[in-house]
Amino acid sequence: MNCDQVAALKELMAQEFTALEFNLYLDTHPTDQRALMEYNEACRQLMVLKQRYQQCFGPLTFCETSGYPWQWIEEPWPWQISY
Amino acid sequence: MWFYEKKLQYPAKVGRANVRMAKYLITQYGGPDGELAASLRYLTQRYTMPTGQAKAILTDIGTEELAHLEIIATLVYKLMDRSTVGEIEAAGLGAYYADHDKALYYVNGEGVPWTAAYIQSKGDPVADLHEDMAAEEKARATYEWLINLSDDPDLNDTLKFLRQREIVHFQRFGEALQIVQEHLDSKRIY
Repeated sequence: MNCDQVAALKELMAQEFTALEFNLYLDTHPTDQRALMEYNEACRQLMVLKQRYQQCFGPLTFCETSGYPWQWIEEPWPWQISY
Repeated sequence: MWFYEKKLQYPAKVGRANVRMAKYLITQYGGPDGELAASLRYLTQRYTMPTGQAKAILTDIGTEELAHLEIIATLVYKLMDRSTVGEIEAAGLGAYYADHDKALYYVNGEGVPWTAAYIQSKGDPVADLHEDMAAEEKARATYEWLINLSDDPDLNDTLKFLRQREIVHFQRFGEALQIVQEHLDSKRIY
């Protein structure tokens, strides 16, 4: 895994964490409109990062389309990466 | 249902292989206050929660704990990687090695296998959410003791992230408890 992939992955991880933190907050604050706007914006940015990452490095999850041959089996898996 | 995402929640780093820390850290994999216990506790308690907020928070935190389980597994895997049998034995993991080599198994730091007796699912949402808040505090304390045992700044960075998540989860469970108590109180007014 090259430096570009690790950097792209870490950027995506950080963005997904932002969305997840808003998600938990909204579970117990469902009428906080500002938090909801921030959540929606974080999700939009995450979708862009995920599309960009997957175009370069293959699928991150189920039902993301794959090039030939089946890319899901490509290493490294997350525990094999030096972050 | 669940799908796997081929990424960690947080970059799990270790500065160097360290079998001694792997022995201590594995308690957060299969120990009483570890991530497996946390995840399975929340995911089984959610069915009998009375409000949408409580069902959501138990589902989402139970899912996040699986991501933490994967971070712990990655740390233990990296701490054990390339270690020799002699190093494993010197760190007190000879008996573990005999049963598992360097494979990940759900045990606490003393080798006791995980048991469902670590968790409860009471059917009383107030009792269950109090247990969940206590569980988060116990996990936070465990991470503090692990940080005290470690002199590896990279490992400690990851452990501090996990410690911080316990504090956030405690906060969210406290809010869910308040919502549930208000819901139960409102049902008593006719």
